[in-house]
Amino acid sequence: MSIHIEPDASAGTLPAVPSVDVAPEAQAAAWRHRHLLDVDGLSGAEIDLVMRTTDAMREVLARPIAKVPALRGRQVTILFYEASTRTRVSFEVAAKNLSADVVNIAAASSSVAKGESLIDTVRTVEALGAHMLVMRHSVSGAPYLAAEVFGGSVLNGGDGWHAHPTQALLDLYTMREHLPGGSLEGRKVVILGDLLHSRVARSNIWTLTAAGADLWRCGPATLVRGFEAWAARGAAGRRFHVTTSVGAALRDADVVMALRIQRERMAAGLLPSLREYAARYGLTRERLALAKPDALVMHPGPMNEGVEIAPDVAAGAQSVITDQVTNGVAVRMALLYLLAGTHRGDAT
Amino acid sequence: MSGRQIMTADEIRRATIRLSHEIVEKQAGTTGLLLIGIQRRGVPLARRIATSIAENEGVEVPVGALDITFYRDDLSMVAQQPVVKGTALPSGIDGRTVVLVDDVLYTGRTIRAAMDALVDFGRPQAIRLAVLVDRGHRELPIRADHVGKNVPTSREELVRVHVVEIDGEDGVEIERMVLEPAAEPVA
Repeated sequence: MSIHIEPDASAGTLPAVPSVDVAPEAQAAAWRHRHLLDVDGLSGAEIDLVMRTTDAMREVLARPIAKVPALRGRQVTILFYEASTRTRVSFEVAAKNLSADVVNIAAASSSVAKGESLIDTVRTVEALGAHMLVMRHSVSGAPYLAAEVFGGSVLNGGDGWHAHPTQALLDLYTMREHLPGGSLEGRKVVILGDLLHSRVARSNIWTLTAAGADLWRCGPATLVRGFEAWAARGAAGRRFHVTTSVGAALRDADVVMALRIQRERMAAGLLPSLREYAARYGLTRERLALAKPDALVMHPGPMNEGVEIAPDVAAGAQSVITDQVTNGVAVRMALLYLLAGTHRGDAT
Repeated sequence: MSGRQIMTADEIRRATIRLSHEIVEKQAGTTGLLLIGIQRRGVPLARRIATSIAENEGVEVPVGALDITFYRDDLSMVAQQPVVKGTALPSGIDGRTVVLVDDVLYTGRTIRAAMDALVDFGRPQAIRLAVLVDRGHRELPIRADHVGKNVPTSREELVRVHVVEIDGEDGVEIERMVLEPAAEPVA
């Protein structure tokens, strides 16, 4: 959908008719999910619905008052067991822009520190009136357990190494926004870095290959473990490669996404040193020159500048890293909106 | 079309032209005028009114599109969230006369939502309402300033407006809603 806001009408000539999408009703896809735990269960039509709803949310964000009453009276509880700035704040801003009531729980300063179990915490949050639960946990699968006991909708804000669905959807949205033609079909997308510990990389496999991208994974052998088997097995119609050669990966790439070296999850012996990693796999200006001249540079944040990405690349003309953050708010608004419809239903 | 036709393409065309004259007359010109169609069928109707004003007055009146989904009063009651169609307003509605355009005026709830949405964008001098069909049965204290055709209906009837831009043809039809067959009496 394309929406053009016309220039100020009061200045001289009156503007032309804004171009607004009035496409046939037939394309309207239904949203059937109560929870958003990962992107692997989303159909292509549902991903398109998220993208189109995100377009509408971007328009809301551009308004003089960037707030609509769509989620008035809904309580969104944000329960994070792991440190986060952008994802937590992004969800909070998104929920507030939709007029929801937002409750923030940081596990470190809650009863979790006294030994309360996840299930008890989720039951307590529900008893306190939560309709939607946004959750981050260091254990893969934790949101699935929460979804079994919670009566409303659970949104996964990242679980262990497993999944980060809102990040994958905002990455997809950002690529569609910036790639010519708005399509990933046949585009070479490279994800470079610590794939082993990356929930962002795992969720992105589903959305990017479903969108038709030629997906390349690149990193040192110790950090791409497990992905080779996935690539070798192959899935019908999906293009997915794994390599340790940074040159092969970056050559003629349309998009390069660097991933953070996750020191907090790093077992000893996976990397000789951060310096050696930066020297061999860091995204520098010289390496980026292997990609297409207008290739997009992305990073899910937070960045270790000088390790996986050079500061001049992160802040360079090809970088869309701050757009990822802005789009993150719009994508999360879209998902909160879509999930709010079925919170009392029994759909999954 | 499956129902009984109550407006032909020609009647819609004439009604649209009359609406455009009424709007200009009420405003005593086109200064400060802004046409905002309510998604979806209000949008092409607003464009047609603007085209008609341009032909008669030689002035291009700005046209916008308003999606009222986020302002609906039944959002917390629907099982599935409606698909958002998108809003695109000409910037600066402050001090202008905004004419909301919609296809059918029924309960008035859509117009209530549209007015709530509009005031989030600014403070118009006046908000007016132009509709192609007024079918009665208001549930809120709202009336239209300009009406293409008044159609007495019952609540069991559906009024469908078709426009070329969306449906491939122009016309308004009325049909009786197909009610669920009555359940078997419990023995």
